[in-house]
Amino acid sequence: MAASGAALDKPRSGRRRPPRDGVVGGRRGTFWAMLLPVVGFLAIFLVLPLVMMAALSTRLDLRGPLLEPWAPTLEHYISLAETPIYLRLLLTSAGIAALVAALTTILAYPLAYFLGLRAGRRAAVLLILLLVPFWTSYLLRVMAWKLMLGEEGVINSVLLTTGAIGEPLSALLYNRFAVSVTLVYVWIPFAALPIIAALQRVDPAVLDAAADLYASPAQQFRRVTLPLSLPGVIAAFFLVFIPTVGEYVTPLMVGGTSGTMYGNIIQDFFTKAANWPFGSMLSVIMLVATLAVAILALRAVDIRRFVEP
Amino acid sequence: MSVRPGNAPAMGPLTAAAPPRGSHFGRTSRWLWAYYWLLLALLFLPIALLMLFAVNANTTLAFPLRGLTLDWFAKVLSTPALLRSAGNSLLVAAGSSIVATLLGTGVAILFVRFRFRARWLLLGLSVLPLIVPFVVLAGALLVLFRAFDIDRSLLTVGVAHVMIGLPFVVLIMLARLIGFDAQVEEAAMDLGATYPAALRLVVLPAIAPAMIAAGLTAFTVSFDEFALALFLVGREPTFPVYLFGQLRFTTTLPVMIAMAVLLMAATLALLIVAERVRRAR
Repeated sequence: MAASGAALDKPRSGRRRPPRDGVVGGRRGTFWAMLLPVVGFLAIFLVLPLVMMAALSTRLDLRGPLLEPWAPTLEHYISLAETPIYLRLLLTSAGIAALVAALTTILAYPLAYFLGLRAGRRAAVLLILLLVPFWTSYLLRVMAWKLMLGEEGVINSVLLTTGAIGEPLSALLYNRFAVSVTLVYVWIPFAALPIIAALQRVDPAVLDAAADLYASPAQQFRRVTLPLSLPGVIAAFFLVFIPTVGEYVTPLMVGGTSGTMYGNIIQDFFTKAANWPFGSMLSVIMLVATLAVAILALRAVDIRRFVEP
Repeated sequence: MSVRPGNAPAMGPLTAAAPPRGSHFGRTSRWLWAYYWLLLALLFLPIALLMLFAVNANTTLAFPLRGLTLDWFAKVLSTPALLRSAGNSLLVAAGSSIVATLLGTGVAILFVRFRFRARWLLLGLSVLPLIVPFVVLAGALLVLFRAFDIDRSLLTVGVAHVMIGLPFVVLIMLARLIGFDAQVEEAAMDLGATYPAALRLVVLPAIAPAMIAAGLTAFTVSFDEFALALFLVGREPTFPVYLFGQLRFTTTLPVMIAMAVLLMAATLALLIVAERVRRAR
């Protein structure tokens, strides 16, 4: 992480530097004092483990010390290609995640529009109110959906009492439907946040201009507000999509056997099956796929605009 | 939505037939208002129903309720393993959020105030834990700790939690620092302050509230984190891991929910106190 001295000492505003710079306690010392701890931390606990995991995926089994060299093999990758169920499950998980992300974004948009543009001074309080259920443990929030969807759950009780059904529906829980509903529920308030930010960036003068040109309110929304808020919409979609593809906790609790996702398989290979090399191979595949999607997302949103002044 | 008077020039017919604005907006606002409250009710419903079981005399999660009781709250206090796990979570969350706040604030200052070749790489690596699936991160850390013969413990969980707290801190601090004028530091240095002194005396007080907000965010993320903790805990469980183990037993579920209610009340109290303190200053 080499910093060229000239660039380092140049203040951003381009103004003359005070002469004391470069002595003890100057900018340069502060730079390294802030940089080294975080670089060390990220190198040891983020980069190194991921590299080691990639290396482990070329190892036949877990026998022997992990730090001793081994003859690398592509056996696990070959068996992945020969057993289509794993990649099919990855595609299914991506499908579930895409569906959840799309539904969440659509449901969150009116919410964001209301909070970002219409709620006025109450917006902050109303937003906090929306986040209150999330002070409860994630596991209990998922548990709450077992209570809603179970055979003796709320939805079945209501349907039975009103006579809409004769006997309880068992198809509500322990499948992909339950996983999807629960995930949408968990994500809605968070998906609203980037959309709110994007909507608040829309210059009211542009809308006034549209109104002055006799655009109806519906036209103003469709032709001006919506296109200008698209970066927020895309950000919301990927904010939900990316963590959902790798999700394993929610399927573990409400997914049953038919709601299993790719993350559950990885978890199994690291815990129950204790076949870490195979689990590492599956992880590498998912990591590469996720990073590819993330890069696409960053291209779409053009993150630099938000960070560079 | 500000409905400014039209700035069209006063040319008789144009101003007479002013573009339609007012009434339709009002109607849309009412629909949005209703939508907000409906969604809010739907978000509260499951959790509110779950909370009912903290005062329900029966242990099964079924309606109708059999009667009300406060026994489950008493039971929380007489379940040492539960209290211990909450204490463990408190320890991990406090430690990891402090470290994450210090490291993350450093990253944000480096990114905004210094020009160096790898600044985008540094930022990218700092927010990478948000993108890497937790199950992958957990597996990778497991490999690391096993390779170096480090036993799983609260410390290994803490390391993982620093990592996932870091992106939140970096993003919050970045948002704060981007709006903060670099000339203030330069003025301090023109007046004779060294760069670290300018940071400490001028920048730090200005960004301290954002650091507290960032730290609290990292704290809550850690306190509730389960996916990584399940892989990395040793014999001492954090609260979510303990809770997960107990969810199988219907008899202890009401106790867990009672604990959750208590934690929620504590969070609320903490937020109110923090807000009071903030206003008093």
